[in-house]
Amino acid sequence: MQLELSPADAEFRSRMREIFTTKVPQEIRDTVLEGRHLTRDQIVEAQRTLNAEGLAVPHWPVEWGGQDWTELQRHLWHEEMQRAGVPIPLAFNASMIGPVIAHFGTQEQKERFLPATANLDIWWSQGFSEPDAGSDLASLRTSAVRDGDDWVVNGQKTWTTLGQHGDWIFTLVRTDPEVKKQAGISMLLIDMTTPGVEVRPIELIDGGHEVNEVWFSDVRVPGDLLVGDLNGGWTIAKFLLGNERVGVAPVGATKRALSALKSHAGALLDDPLVRARIAELENDLLALELTALRVVAHSSDGAPHPASSVLKLRGTELQQAVSELALDLAGPASLAARADDDSPQEGWARRAAPTYLNLRKASIYGGSNEIQRQIISRTILGL
Amino acid sequence: MDFTYDDEQQALREAVRGLLATAYADHEARRRTVADDPGFDRALWGRLAEMGVLGLPFSEADGGVGAGPVEIGIVCQELGRVLAPEPYLSGVVHAGGLVAAVGTAEQKAELLGRLSAGEVLLAAADTSPGDRWTSDADGVRASVADGTWTLDGVADPVMGGASADHLVVTAALPDGGTGVFVVDAAAASVTGYAAADLTRAATVRFEGSEATPLGEPGRDLSASIATISDLTRIMGANQALGVMQSQVRATTDYLKSRKQFGVTLNTFQALTFRAADMYVSLELAHSTVDWATMTIAGGDREVVADAADRVGLQVGRAARHIGQEAIQLHGGIGMTAEYAVGVGTAHLTVLEQWLGNAGHHLGRLSARVTDHELVDAV
Repeated sequence: MQLELSPADAEFRSRMREIFTTKVPQEIRDTVLEGRHLTRDQIVEAQRTLNAEGLAVPHWPVEWGGQDWTELQRHLWHEEMQRAGVPIPLAFNASMIGPVIAHFGTQEQKERFLPATANLDIWWSQGFSEPDAGSDLASLRTSAVRDGDDWVVNGQKTWTTLGQHGDWIFTLVRTDPEVKKQAGISMLLIDMTTPGVEVRPIELIDGGHEVNEVWFSDVRVPGDLLVGDLNGGWTIAKFLLGNERVGVAPVGATKRALSALKSHAGALLDDPLVRARIAELENDLLALELTALRVVAHSSDGAPHPASSVLKLRGTELQQAVSELALDLAGPASLAARADDDSPQEGWARRAAPTYLNLRKASIYGGSNEIQRQIISRTILGL
Repeated sequence: MDFTYDDEQQALREAVRGLLATAYADHEARRRTVADDPGFDRALWGRLAEMGVLGLPFSEADGGVGAGPVEIGIVCQELGRVLAPEPYLSGVVHAGGLVAAVGTAEQKAELLGRLSAGEVLLAAADTSPGDRWTSDADGVRASVADGTWTLDGVADPVMGGASADHLVVTAALPDGGTGVFVVDAAAASVTGYAAADLTRAATVRFEGSEATPLGEPGRDLSASIATISDLTRIMGANQALGVMQSQVRATTDYLKSRKQFGVTLNTFQALTFRAADMYVSLELAHSTVDWATMTIAGGDREVVADAADRVGLQVGRAARHIGQEAIQLHGGIGMTAEYAVGVGTAHLTVLEQWLGNAGHHLGRLSARVTDHELVDAV
């Protein structure tokens, strides 16, 4: 057991810091650090900058742009990225479909998609949830029926985050309705410009347009866009959702949000109740960060460690708790959420209520926190 | 940064676990031991001495083994696992730690060699009625006349006090500050009692009790006293971790075997989800305990003090959560003295109120919250 970074890891960390603070445009980093929204172009530019440095997809296989890093190095990469305000590489590309294609895809699929996915030349969307298939994902009904070499897809996906930006969508579709529900699912990659694909926005309680419905009406998909085995989609889904679980524990970002809140709080910091809430949150975030370091998030075969459910569950709870504290500190100023830019209220306070409302999603997505408790009780505790 | 034990540390864990299993293979053995004086197993204590466990914290020059904090933490975790009532934390880590921190070379060689060999028992008397985890004594006062030091006042609770041969006492100095003294148990009036977990504590009354100052007589030793308290807190957190690990294991085993309504309890999601939450608390506490233990090796007093507050808060919260839920998920059997789970909660309660509860540590952390932008693990 040893606390200090080795000289090699310390050197690694300063190299990351150097690259992130000198290569990624200041305006993009300021936008992130101030908690404002990034445009599609900014997200793309940041990821391409990272990719040019070999830092967009370090957890992929080396032959597809990955770096053979230790868990600690990955943690340092992630931490330094967030410290510098560099947008995290788009999760749909870097954490979800990329590792899936690298693991399950054909050589042709890898060559066609992986470089473009790493570089965000293709913006991927996720087509998993359906109106009647949320936590019970395997009951999905969007169907794909063989027609010659092609598949014809009909159905509806929902909660497709940033689907308005999507070029392609990775979907779970029912390819065999006659068998046990998990055994009749396949994964199809679908070009969102194909006739019959329609994206409809969903307005959320924070007033934003972040998620969408995606409708498929007789969408014709070439047969070579099936990933992995026919009817083997459930295995792929579990692989992907496990990685998603690891990806959505936002320790570093939450830590920075709390730090920023302290700098905004001013005289409110004289209130012992406020100080106690901050101190408790800082301690809980420390414990979570240490747990991320202690528990190996990925075993050697790329599958997530079951304890990653702890990170998702607690990470989202703390993310929500910090947003609640921000709301409470903002007070009446939070009412000006949709006021004009010349509002006399400070930006952080005007963002507090929408952020608080928006982050209620965190304990629902990526496998709801109840699903995480089920994973812990079944897989880890054997209950 | 590395959270894994090396081969020697693994071997130490297995050896200590094996030895403790001979004494406390089941909870009934612990129950018998605490029912009689001195409240712990002297034969086991002797074997811990033979194994070198009692000398782990002390340098070879002082008659110890010269091991690091990780090794001491391993021992404390194992003691916690079986709720061992042996006065290791109070007598070796705390009282021995005070001697090692402030004693002269001769005093250390004299006391720590015999402590390590299991020949004498020490107890730290650093708390008086009304005190709440401070490092400056006011309930016991030291005076000096003709070069002879004496103490007056009351110390309570003194963990392990009733069986100690020597008391290591913090006392207010005549010219201000706090000193550390060694007092023969025979020179004080010692009244033993059982704490809530049936481990032993004592009230110690000093009335002109002759005392030997540790280190340079008359010097204020508050800083060293505080540091040893912080080290003891971190080791107490290791012990609490061992208790909580046993409780989570016992609770999951119980849910799998206990039947009601014709089915095992793990059929009920209301219960399995609560067990999952216990596991989350346990893992977060575990990480914080390992981290706090590792900070000690750096030797920076302020870093260790901060780590003691952080682990004190995290483990304090976890101990309440896990200790309470372990009883609730067991139902009535968890309330009984014959079952380890509820007694574990009693032990966690004693550790917490002895060494500093979550509210105390949160108060200290709150006072410092504007001293830093954020808290980094690495």
